[in-house]
Formats: sequence, C-alpha cells, structure tokens
Amino acid sequence: MNLIATTYRAPWFWAWVAAFAAFLATWSMSAGGGGGIALAVAALTFGSFAVLTGLGQMLVITMGPGNTDLSIPATMTLAGTLSLKLMGGMGGATWFVLLAGLMATLAIGIGVGIANFALIRLLRIPPIIATLSASFLYQSLAIWSNRGIRIKPPAALADFTTGRALLGVPNLAWVALVISIGFWVLLNRSGFGRRVSAIGQNPRAARLAGVPVARVMGATYVICATMAALTGFLLACFSGGAALNMGAEFLLMSIAVTVIGGSSIAGGNSNVPGIWAGALFMYLIVSMLNSYGLGAGVRLLSTGIIIIAIVAVASGRKAPA
Amino acid sequence: MKGSINARLALPVLSLAVLIVAVFWLQPRAMSYVGINLLFNLAVPIALATVAQMIIIMVNDIDLSMGAFVSLIACITATILPGSPLLGVAMLAGCVLAYAALGALIEARQLPAIVVTLGMSFVWAGAAVLILPSPGGTSPGWLTAIMKSKPPLVPMAIIASVVIAGVAHLIIMRSAFGVRLRALGGNARAVSRAGRSTVMLKATAYALAGVFAVLAGMALVGLTTSGDANIAIRYTLLSIAGVILGGGEFTGGRVSPIGAVIGALTLTLAGSFLSFLRLSPDWQIGAQGAILILVLAARLLVRQAEKRP
Repeated sequence: MNLIATTYRAPWFWAWVAAFAAFLATWSMSAGGGGGIALAVAALTFGSFAVLTGLGQMLVITMGPGNTDLSIPATMTLAGTLSLKLMGGMGGATWFVLLAGLMATLAIGIGVGIANFALIRLLRIPPIIATLSASFLYQSLAIWSNRGIRIKPPAALADFTTGRALLGVPNLAWVALVISIGFWVLLNRSGFGRRVSAIGQNPRAARLAGVPVARVMGATYVICATMAALTGFLLACFSGGAALNMGAEFLLMSIAVTVIGGSSIAGGNSNVPGIWAGALFMYLIVSMLNSYGLGAGVRLLSTGIIIIAIVAVASGRKAPA
Repeated sequence: MKGSINARLALPVLSLAVLIVAVFWLQPRAMSYVGINLLFNLAVPIALATVAQMIIIMVNDIDLSMGAFVSLIACITATILPGSPLLGVAMLAGCVLAYAALGALIEARQLPAIVVTLGMSFVWAGAAVLILPSPGGTSPGWLTAIMKSKPPLVPMAIIASVVIAGVAHLIIMRSAFGVRLRALGGNARAVSRAGRSTVMLKATAYALAGVFAVLAGMALVGLTTSGDANIAIRYTLLSIAGVILGGGEFTGGRVSPIGAVIGALTLTLAGSFLSFLRLSPDWQIGAQGAILILVLAARLLVRQAEKRP
C-alpha cells in the first residue's frame, strides 16, 4: 500500500500514464491494431535520442534558473559531421576505426562543454546567451567541414544503430538504458549528484556549505555537451550520414522531456525515469498526430501547444504574492 | 543617470562608426544615397524586431520565438492583408493579443519564458505554414510604397531607423508606462508591493513587444514584396544580438531603445561587411556568433576598467 502511495506521488508517475495513453491512442489509430510492436520499436528507437539529449539537459537545468544549454543541436551536428568524416577517411581494422570515431565524438563533446563553460565564466554572461552565441560557431564549423558532402557511416555502426540484437529491443534503447542507469546512480547515489541538486536549490547556501560551485557547474556543462555529441554520433550513424539540421528538433525536445518527466524547471530536483516517459510521450504524440493524417502545419501547431500546456500545468508555481 | 545612459551608448555608437568607416573604405561606391539605402534597407525590420526583443529582455525574459513570429506576421501580411484588409488587421491584432496572453501566462504561472517561447515558435511556425504553405503572396501596395519610398536627401532606411529609435525611446524611457515596465524587470516584488499587478504589467510588456514584432513582419514584406513561412527565422538570433550590441543587459530592466536600433544597424552592416570581405558563406553564421562574443568581452573589459579608479 505504501509502495503504491509513493509510486503515485512520484514526479514521473503521470508522465508514464500519459505515455501509455498516447501509446494506446496511437495504436488504436493504426490499421487493425497490428502495429503495436512496430510502434513500440519506433518509439524506443527515436525516444532513445531524446533520452540521451534530455539526460544532459536535465543535469544542466537542475542547477537552477537560467541554466539551459542551447548549443545541443549545433554540438550534435558538429560531432556527427566530424566523427563520420574522420571514420570515412580512415583505413584499417574496423574496431580501430569505430574506437577513433567514438573518441573523436567524446573529445568534441568535452571540448564544446569546456568552451561553453569558459564563456559563461569568463564573460559572466547568462548561460543561455553564452551557449547560443557559441552554438553559431559550432554550426559554422560543421558547415565548413561538411561542405555538403554526405559521408556514410561504417557498415558495422549503421547495423548496430538500426539493429535489435537483444530481446527484440533496439540496440539504441539498450545504450540509452545503460547510460540512464549511470545518470541515476550519479544523481542519487554520488556526492556529485547531491552537489548539483544543492546548487539548484540554493546556490548561495551551497557555496557557503563548501560546494565547489564553479567546478560542479563546469562538469555538468561538459557532461551535457558530451551527451549531445554522443547523440549526434549515434543519430548520424542511424540515419546513414550527418545532416546539417539533424539536431534542430532536439533543443525543444531535450527541454520538453526534462519538464514533462517531472524534473523541476526551477532546478534542484531531477529524476531519470521521467526522462524516458517524456521522450516516449513526445514521440507517440507526434506519431499520433501523424496517424490522423494531419499536415505539417497542424502538427507543428499541436506539438507546441501540447508542450506549453504540459509545462504550464506541470511546472507552474503561483506568482509570488 | 544621464551619464550612465551615455556610457551605455558609447560602445554601440563606436562599433557602428568603425564598421561604417570600414565598409566605405572597402567599397567607396557605397557612400551614396542609393548605396546607403541598400546597406541599411533590411535593417528596418531587424530594428523593429530588436526593439520587440528588447522589451521582453527588459522584463527579465527572453523570446526564442521572435523569428517564427515575425515570419507568421509576414505570411499574414502577404496573403490576407492585400485581399481582405479587415480580416488581416483582425488577425494581426489577434497576434498581439496572443503575445499579451503569453506574458500573462508566464507571469501568472511563473514559467520560464525560454521554454514557453520555444514552444510558441512551433505554434507560430505551424500557423505560418497553414496560412502560406509555399512561398508567395504579395505585399499590399501602400506598404511597399512606404518602404520603398525615396525621400529627398536622406534615405528611407535612415529616417525609419531614427523614427523607430525615437518612438521606442519616448515609450520606454520617457513615459510613466515605460518606467513601470522597466521597474518590473528591476524589482518585480517592489512593483507588486506598490499595488501594481505584475501579471497585468507583463501582459502589457508582451503586447507592446508584439506590436513592434508585427511592424517588423509588415516592414519585411514591404521590402521583399512576398512572404514565406521561414522568411525571418534568423531574427531570433539577430534580435537578441542587436539588444546586446546596443548595450542592453539581461537582467534588471537596464536597456536602451536607441542602443537597440544602433545594434540592429550594426548587425545589418556587419553582414554586408563580411560579404565585402568575400568571407565564405559557411562562416557567416559563425561570424555573427563571434561578433556577439567579442562585444560581450569588450563590454566586460570596459566595465572592469571603469571600476578601477
């Protein structure tokens, strides 16, 4: 009984209910109701990308108002473009090429994260402005290195990202699951996670209590950028090559899944299970609108309205009296 | 107070002057009535959008839907306004009301503006696609006539910029209404203790921003004579950058309408300057990001120098 009561109150509970409702609604729309498994596989696959970016964004948002990483789309594009370019130009053993690609991706993520945080810190500007300005440099770098050529990912990686090796669940979902568990441990069972929450709840109190605020903030921006880079790498392999606009939808998506999942937009409170619910819900809603045969305009419009409605209901506080 | 306003304008004016000299030096033929008009023509809608963004930043928010909203206005102006003016005007008024409602929602529920406006950018983009699925439409004749008119001596773009800066300055800096709006950004709690509804004030601030954004969309159609659902997507960045270039700060309601217009002119000119330099188009977006970072760094240095006696 107690367990049920705590589950019911968990911030992610309603997000999961909504995700299931969206699944049933979409499923009933598809012809004959036979597409349930296909729908679940698609939701898990595309949801994984949203989960991966959402985890990083959640960490940044947890640090309190104003902390949002707007460079996620550009970082994804940059990492996808450069790593595929590197792997495309390499010869030698497959494992070596893959390792080089992955290392390059992680290096780009870490580099972007450090650059973002350096701008925030050195110029003393709000993270929104810093990451927005920097993202245009990353985007330009990606455009310049790409030059309109679409480089195919190595066959092994393309197979891995589109495959379902274990229990019929997409490999990407397994990757996202493992990383999510890592995030859960990091947030709930490590000193770092407690420090992030402490900063989000009250930065002044955290500093006075001896939390190295700058170092923790820097680490979250690096982790967020690394997650974005990794997502870009996987997405580029999944879709058969990097595209310059491939990260575009993940800015709103990463913020939306964080908020829908029940993490506080005001910071200081985060939860990992909610990210999954939010990601699945967002994909299912879009595919539901698709299955009604609505045009692009209505789809965009309803996506925006649904997100704002959820944000308004889920994360709103009363105005200070 | 007077001194601080002048100090805030010094850097924007200086950067605009440097850029003008650089452009004329690279391209002496630009130093003419036609040349100046060409250089600054597209600055008019950007200046209007920058003032709109400035009003949002003034109340401590940021609008990530500015580009999509101006695009929607451009679509309405190019498709509905020429054929049925009454419906068109009603729709534009509706858009302003929607902005006011957005402000009220953000304040009443204490939502982060960045998330709400990011969501709204989808709504505006969807509406724009519904109204104008493929690029086209025509500009109302009177609008083109105004935007492309050739007054004697001084080009239209310059006159328009001065008028925009003047009107915005009067509303924001000189009127009691503007003082209340700036106070909302400076100290919202004090405003509400003084008996003003912060929800109402934020709604009016957003409505005012909406009016300037609507004018931006209309001015853009007057210049391009057709609409497109993606016509002004860049305006989100340009408007934020313009406010920052113009010396506006992100918090505390410290902004400068004249600076914002100068910032918009500087950005427009920077685009021409980069193309005169034959910079690869690959780097155009990146250059704008770099300019933004440089200006912020310069401002930090100036402020630190001021602190030292």
